[in-house]
Amino acid sequence: MAVMSSPERPSPLRFLWKPLEALMQAVLNTVEIPMRWAQRMLGQQKIAWVFLLPNLLIFGLFTYLPIGVNFLYATTGGTNLWPGDRPFLGMDNFEVLLDCENYLDPATCRRDLFWVAVYNSAQFVVLQVGFMVTFALITALILNRKIIGRGFWRSVFFYPVLLSPVVVALIWKWILQREGVLNAALVGLGADPVNWLLSPDWAFFWVVFVNIWFQMGFYTLILLAGLQAIPPDVYEAAEMDGTKPVRVFTRITLPLLMPTMIVVLVLALIRAVQAFDEIFVLTGGGPGSATMFIVQYIYETGFASQIQQFGIAAAASLLLAVVLFILTMLQLRATRRQMNG
Amino acid sequence: MADAALPVRRGVLGFLINARGARAGRLHWTDWFTYLYLGLGLIVMFGPVLWLVLSSFKTTGALEEFPPTFLPYGQAYAEVEGHADPLPLFTVTHEDGTQQVMAQIRRLGIVSQMVDPADPDAGWIRVPIDQRVPYREFHFAVENYTFLFDQFNFLRYFWNSVFITVVATLITLLFNAMAAYALAKYDFKGRMTIFIFIIATLMIPPTIVLVPTFLVVSEMGLLNNPWGVIWPAVATPTGVFLLRQYMLTIPDDLIDAARMDNASEWRIFWRIIMPLAAPALAVLAIFSIMWRWNEFLWPLIVLSRSETFTLQLALNSFQGDLLTQWNYLLAMTVLTLLPITLVFAFLQRFITTGIASAGVK
Repeated sequence: MAVMSSPERPSPLRFLWKPLEALMQAVLNTVEIPMRWAQRMLGQQKIAWVFLLPNLLIFGLFTYLPIGVNFLYATTGGTNLWPGDRPFLGMDNFEVLLDCENYLDPATCRRDLFWVAVYNSAQFVVLQVGFMVTFALITALILNRKIIGRGFWRSVFFYPVLLSPVVVALIWKWILQREGVLNAALVGLGADPVNWLLSPDWAFFWVVFVNIWFQMGFYTLILLAGLQAIPPDVYEAAEMDGTKPVRVFTRITLPLLMPTMIVVLVLALIRAVQAFDEIFVLTGGGPGSATMFIVQYIYETGFASQIQQFGIAAAASLLLAVVLFILTMLQLRATRRQMNG
Repeated sequence: MADAALPVRRGVLGFLINARGARAGRLHWTDWFTYLYLGLGLIVMFGPVLWLVLSSFKTTGALEEFPPTFLPYGQAYAEVEGHADPLPLFTVTHEDGTQQVMAQIRRLGIVSQMVDPADPDAGWIRVPIDQRVPYREFHFAVENYTFLFDQFNFLRYFWNSVFITVVATLITLLFNAMAAYALAKYDFKGRMTIFIFIIATLMIPPTIVLVPTFLVVSEMGLLNNPWGVIWPAVATPTGVFLLRQYMLTIPDDLIDAARMDNASEWRIFWRIIMPLAAPALAVLAIFSIMWRWNEFLWPLIVLSRSETFTLQLALNSFQGDLLTQWNYLLAMTVLTLLPITLVFAFLQRFITTGIASAGVK
C-alpha cells in the first residue's frame, strides 16, 4: 500500500514520525490479531464500537461516573472517601454553604470563606475578561495591519500562552518581590517601593494583570483570524461611499467580528471562573483571602485542609457547575442567534 | 502588487482595517502608534521572560543587590596567598583619592580589613566600608544550573514530566483517532448519540469533578503513580472533534479499495487513515504536549510523594520552601520553560494556525 509511509507534504513533525514508525509497526501487528477476531464476530460496521471502546471507557470512568458520584458526595458528610461509609445528609451541605444572614456581607455567612471566594471570583471574572478582551481586540487590530515582521509580533504576544501556570507565577513573583526589578524602577524614579503581593488591593490587581498577560495571546489569535475572515471588498465599498472611519468600525468591523467576539467572551468567561493554578502559586490566595477564588476554595476544602470535607467541596463544585452550565447555554444561544442573522 | 491599484487607505480607517497606513518614507500617526504599541508589547510580554533568564545566571550575591544590574554581574573573588577561601574584591578609594582593587579579609562593623591581592605580604590595612564598592565582573553563574543536576533531584522530576507527557500524548493520539475514525467513517446505530456523549464532556470541566475523580483514581490504586495522571487525560473531546472533522475529508473510495484487497478494518485505520490524518494528528500532538507538560491542579492532587512529582509540582513545592534560594529556583524555572519554548520556536507557524483554526487550547 503506497499510502502507508509518512505523508507526502513536508511536515515539521517528520523528525518525530521516523523513530515512531518501528513502534507503530509493532502496534499494528499485535493489535491486528484480536481486531480481526472482533471483526469476524461483529461484522464490518459494528466494529466501530471496538474503535470507540477505549474513549468511551475513559469518559465513562473519569467524567460521567464522577458526575454521578459528585451528587453522592454533595449529599453526604464525614471525612471518609468511600461513598458507602458516608452518612447521608440530604441538602445539608448546600444549606451550610448558602446559609447567610446578609448575602452582601460574607462575614455573616456560616461559610464565610466560600462567599469571600465567590465575590472575589465574580470581581476577578468581570475585570479580567473585560480588560483582556479589550486589549486582545486592540492587539488583533494592530496585528491585522500590514506591519513589518507580522509573524514575529504575533509570536511575541502569543508566547506566554504556552508557558505553564507555575512558570508564569514564578516569573512575576520574581519581578514583584520586595527587592524586585519593579521596585528598583520605582526607586529609580524617586518613588517608594511597594510590597506588591502583601497589600490586598495590589495583589488583586497583579493577579488580574498576570492572568491577562498569560492568556491574552490566545484570544488575540482567534480575534485576528476573525478579522482576516472579513472580506476586503466590504471595506472598499464603504470607502467608495466615503463612510467615516469610526462608522466603518462600528457598522462593519464590529458586527462582522461579533460571532468571533462572542466565542472569545464565553471561552474567556469559562476559563476565568475556573482560574486557579497561576494564582495559587503567585499569591496562595493571600494576603489573607484577598485573592482566593472558588476553585481554590474547593481544592482547600477537599484536599488541602486538615479535615478533608469532600461533601462541602463537592457541593461547592456542583454550584460552580451550575454557573458554568448557564454560561455555556448563553454561548449556545448567542451563537444560534448569530447564525440566524 | 495588487494593492498598488487600490487607493492607499490612510488615517483611522487605515488603522481599523487591513491596510498599510503610509507610503514609504512617510509615516502617519497611526503607524507611530502601531509601532509604539508593538514596542511596548515586546517589553511587557517578553521582558519578564528575558529578566528571568538573565537573573537565573546571577550569583546569590548579585541577586541580593538592590537595585539589580541588568546583566549578570557578580562580585569578583581572588585567591590570596595565606587565605583558604577566595576573598571578595572591592574598589577602594584611598584618602588621597587614588583607587585600588583590594581583597577584603573580614569586616568588623564599619571597618573592613583589606589586603592587596597582588602583594599580600605587605599586610592588611583598615578601610571604612563607605570607602569601598564591590568590584564586579561579568559572570554567568552556571553553577545555579549544575547544582540542580548534582544536588537536587532535577533529573527525576524532569523524567517524570517527560514520561507523562510522551506516554499520554501517544495514547491520546491513538485513542482519539480510533474514536474519530469510528464516528467519521462508520454508519451504525447510535452514532449521533455517541458523538454528543463525547462532545458534551466539553461542558464538564475537570475542576468540578475533582473529588469523585480522585475517588476513582484512588480505588484503581493509581495515587502517587504517573498513570493516575495519564489515564484521565487521554480521552479529549477536543481531539476527537478535531480528528473527526479532518477524517471526514478523506475520501471513502480509499477505504473501499482497501476492503476489496481484503485488508482488515484495523489495518485500514492504521495504514490509510492514520497517515492521511497526520496534519490533524500533529496539531493534536502539540496541544497534548502543551496540556500535559503544563498541567498542575490534577497532578497536585494525585501525586503527593515527592519522588513522583512532575517538574511543575517540584517547582511549586520548591518555591513554597522558606529556605529556597532564588538562584536555584530561577534556574529551575528556566529549565522548565525551555522545552516548550523550543517546541514553539520550531513549530511556531503550526501552533498559531492550528489554534486559530481549531479555537481550542
